[in-house]
Amino acid sequence: MKPLIIAGKEFNSRLFTGTGKFSSNEIMGKAILASSSELVTVALKRVNLMNDSDDMLMHLQHPNLNLLPNTSGVRNAKEAVFAAQLAREALGTNWVKLEIHPDPKYLLADGEETLEATRILAKEGFIVLPYIQADPVLCKKLEEVGAAAVMPLGSPIGSNQGLQTRDFLRIIIEQSNVPVIVDAGLGAPSHAAEAMEMGADAVLINTAIAVANDPIRMAIAFKMAVEAGRMAFESRLAPRVFAAIASSPLTSFLDEL
Amino acid sequence: MTFYDTLQRYKWDEEKASIYSKTALDVEAALSKPKRTLDDFKALISPAAMPYLEQMAALSMQITQKRFGKTMQLYVPLYLSNECTNSCVYCGFRHENETTRVTLNEEQVLKEVEVIKAMGYEHILLVTGEHLKRNGCDYLQRMIQLIKPHFAQISLEVAPLNVEEYATLANEGMYAVYVYQETYNVDRYSIYHPRGKKANMRYRLETGDRLGEAGVRKVGLGCLLGLEDWRTDSFFTALHLNYLEKMWWRTKYSISFPRMRPFAGLYEPNCIVSDHELLQLICAYRIFNEEVEISLSTREQPKFRDNMLKLGVTAMSAGSKTEPGGYAESKKELEQFKISDDRSSDEVAQMINSKGYEVVWKDWDECLQKT
Repeated sequence: MKPLIIAGKEFNSRLFTGTGKFSSNEIMGKAILASSSELVTVALKRVNLMNDSDDMLMHLQHPNLNLLPNTSGVRNAKEAVFAAQLAREALGTNWVKLEIHPDPKYLLADGEETLEATRILAKEGFIVLPYIQADPVLCKKLEEVGAAAVMPLGSPIGSNQGLQTRDFLRIIIEQSNVPVIVDAGLGAPSHAAEAMEMGADAVLINTAIAVANDPIRMAIAFKMAVEAGRMAFESRLAPRVFAAIASSPLTSFLDEL
Repeated sequence: MTFYDTLQRYKWDEEKASIYSKTALDVEAALSKPKRTLDDFKALISPAAMPYLEQMAALSMQITQKRFGKTMQLYVPLYLSNECTNSCVYCGFRHENETTRVTLNEEQVLKEVEVIKAMGYEHILLVTGEHLKRNGCDYLQRMIQLIKPHFAQISLEVAPLNVEEYATLANEGMYAVYVYQETYNVDRYSIYHPRGKKANMRYRLETGDRLGEAGVRKVGLGCLLGLEDWRTDSFFTALHLNYLEKMWWRTKYSISFPRMRPFAGLYEPNCIVSDHELLQLICAYRIFNEEVEISLSTREQPKFRDNMLKLGVTAMSAGSKTEPGGYAESKKELEQFKISDDRSSDEVAQMINSKGYEVVWKDWDECLQKT
């Protein structure tokens, strides 16, 4: 399996994980370790930036694990930029997952504000990974203003509905010059495998692992699915044939000429 | 257009009759849908749903876990002032009650903060009576400035304010405002709220609109369970929630369930909501609205709270004192109401962990609302 490279950094795992909704920080830490994930997203609202012994962060200390602070809770570009700057200072990373969702019910991203914040933060040297609607044009624009990757959703956050945006994801993957990470809505390992088979560069999973009866085994299941999907993509899947073709009624006349 | 206008289109008695005429078939239909309407909510809170409590609880647990995970937010109220110009017939703070009136000064508040911080809290709910001269916007602004360095999240349960005042307080770092309508019954509201600013039902009804306009991030709703028929009042609360979600879509919402209990010496509730019914109501809300936050306070008994933990609730208070100054020095005679769960925050946190849930102390950061 080819390693994934984002902004010059190499990842051997194409499974990114979230840290919310777990029944304990201990189980969260174990599940993430079991998943072999090398990039975990952490909500700024949940961690104590002024405290060196924040319990969640303590459980994420591992040499292979990189933190991706997210701005969940902000409603516009201005607030996102401020939060990202603070996160850089407090957590010592210039990576940021931009989450700008002014609608707290469905947590859908505001494309306009996300584009603006990406433009500002990329100029300031941030590695920006924006969470967005599966909008192919927006993805191209984000690429132009300096996004290090794009993170279109499969379906609404936490909905476990899989790739409802399949047709648009295909276009995004086809057109993108930066890595495409399918984020949100992947509720089962089969969903993750499907995204990887389509050619997504990585997936981000949170709810499906955190809320499983056995989060650690579910993390392993996702790891296997992501690897299987990627391997299938790299090995070029055989094209699908929907009906057996026994004869050639339209072209057999050629033989008779 | 505000919620006041929406409410004009409904008649209390008609809605009540519609709830009480729901059948088992309506309940089953509501339970089997992927997304429920207000009419389904009526079925879920109707007497016809009582035989379905176990199914409702299982569904509510599953939906709650999907959205909120296996977590429980903890917050604590800080009573700043019991001074009040209202005469709400059911309230310990009512103007006519001859009790010592206290509004905490800076020094007293910092003493309270010290005790509360030692309990582990990051989310504090500031509570006052309604006395605009003594505990209005200017006072609240000063208190938020004072408290802000110590807490990640500051919420308010105070007198309804105007749009400019809410915007001012939000700029200071206020996160959420809880304003309970008490009852949506327009014909009977004035019986419970005879005098004072709160007697103006329309002003209170439009508070959610003013909060939305001011850009406040979270708004808490609820009716006081014990005044009017709880099913009808809860339907109107859900109607209010639906209206606000569409109108002020940038705001997050929360529902609370202040339940009155029969209590010697104080106001006798008109209608008693049983434990079965409160479970039904909480699960019905969750099944109806997958995203709304649901809060359960120390008004409820430990055994009820411990068992409701997984069934839809997302936030709890613990170790609460309901009198101004009560954390540093307890003065029972100043309490607004008696709490039923007097366990410490540590004990409640341990209980939550023992049920396989993580306590969320911090769910906000001031850095997210700075520009």
